[in-house]
Amino acid sequence: MRRVTTLYSSSVGKKIAMALSGIILFGFVLMHMLGNLKAFEGREAMNSYAEFLRVVGTPIVPEYGVLWLVRIALLAAVGVHALSAFQLWRQSRSARTHRYLKSRSQVFSYASRTMRWGGVIVLAFIVYHLLHMTTGTVHPDFEYGSVYDNLVIGFQSAPVTAFYLVAVGALSIHLYHGLWSVFSTLGNENVRVNRIRRPAAAAIAIGMFLGYAVVPLAVVLGILTLG
Amino acid sequence: MDFTLHVWRQGTPGSKGDFETYQAKNVAPSMSFLDMLDLVNEELTRDGGDPIAFEHDCREGICGSCGMMVNGMAHGPEDLVTVCQLHMRSFSDGDELWIEPWRADAFPVMRDLVVDRNAFDRIIESGGYISVRTGSAPDANAVPVPKPDADKAFDAAACIGCGACVAACPNASAMLFTAAKAGHLSYLPQGQPERYERAIQMVHQHDEEGFGNCTNHGACQEACPKGISVDYISRLNRDVLRARLAGVAFDST
Ligand code: HEM
Ligand code: SF4
Ligand code: FES
Repeated sequence: MRRVTTLYSSSVGKKIAMALSGIILFGFVLMHMLGNLKAFEGREAMNSYAEFLRVVGTPIVPEYGVLWLVRIALLAAVGVHALSAFQLWRQSRSARTHRYLKSRSQVFSYASRTMRWGGVIVLAFIVYHLLHMTTGTVHPDFEYGSVYDNLVIGFQSAPVTAFYLVAVGALSIHLYHGLWSVFSTLGNENVRVNRIRRPAAAAIAIGMFLGYAVVPLAVVLGILTLG
Repeated sequence: MDFTLHVWRQGTPGSKGDFETYQAKNVAPSMSFLDMLDLVNEELTRDGGDPIAFEHDCREGICGSCGMMVNGMAHGPEDLVTVCQLHMRSFSDGDELWIEPWRADAFPVMRDLVVDRNAFDRIIESGGYISVRTGSAPDANAVPVPKPDADKAFDAAACIGCGACVAACPNASAMLFTAAKAGHLSYLPQGQPERYERAIQMVHQHDEEGFGNCTNHGACQEACPKGISVDYISRLNRDVLRARLAGVAFDST
């Protein structure tokens, strides 16, 4: 544990914490996207998949056991990720208190400049999303367990769908830089990996966006219906 | 060629500076950026003014003394050159040029365009060395170095410590410099005994000096007059991670 805390005390250590928690979150958003696509297999398939998540591991562990374990791990990952991002942002902000009058950023990508704001949008979205689809607090007609119906009703509102698309766009841009960056942070030196990092990050980011966007769009276009 | 210059003027460290406007007239396209400043300074001195202070020494791109932001770009618009090697033909006649010192809290402005880069020296002191017995020089080929490693070490050793990486970095991070100095030694057999301690100490000193945190943005590599690759930052991160997991001892004084 002391090794972990001394590592974390350095800027490189905080980046490593951000990278590891980012990888956990990436694993989750990938599985979540694949789960969402169950909507195209119909109400039955979607609801029973959700049911599976509640009972997975029973009877060895109680119902909801695995689900809550995963939730706690994800919450911790978001916490570590956001905390290290915040601390590093503070370090960098105080490293240049006198700014340039003229600055032409000599940069690699739009994505790398928007990690912090993009991250904040994603964080705000996560909170909204939990209130919308998990607790139903801000959902117009929420019924616990009717995952498919909740989804279709939820996305029948155009502003809600628009906000989802913006958030998923922000996530994809975040991942485009993040999935590239993570290799540097964790010290990859494999040249073959280095060659494909950029295109692979782009492909995954685009795939992620399409995978997430297709469900709300299908509702808006009337392909996924309550009928 | 004629130019309008807006130059940052600041009398002493910590005092309030501001931009002053000057005209540079009859500049030859073959002049370097520093020659052009010399020309302006000659006129300034003749008129009883204070010449613009800037650092310079070799004027051939190898000492790392010179360096300033020209229109928001470290060492100006050309790739792989320092301002002393930047020719005025890279600009167009009549251009307006904004000239600012490197901006980073770890690099306080001493006067006009001169900044204090001692933070770099302290990063090197913290670990950028190898411990060897002095005395007669060892035989040149006594320790074989594989060619690819020698090349990598050499590329890293090309760093002249100019500070452009810090200046261009949106986070004012000095990771490219630190990684070049650590990387140079980590590729060589002589650098192995202290390799992991070095990585930790140098990153620790980097943070202590008040540089920002690297977000793998890449502006440093673009700005670097010696083309140092961000891959060295990967390697430094890897060494820090390995050192910490292996529990390398380290006194934090
Ligand atoms: C499910 C959501 C998220 C995923 C999948 C994710 C993924 C990642 C990954 C893989 C990285 C790369 C780590 C590295 O630099 O090596 C990263 C970096 C980063 N993330 Fe996230 N992240 C998410 C949410 C957030 C949130 C909510 C915030 C803000 C509060 C945030 C802020 C950042 C910042 C500032 C970086 C640093 C970029 C850099 O320095 O290169 N992220 N993220
Ligand atoms: S890494 Fe490049 S930009 Fe940075 S100090 Fe060395 S030579 Fe200058
Ligand atoms: S004066 Fe030596 S590098 Fe420019």
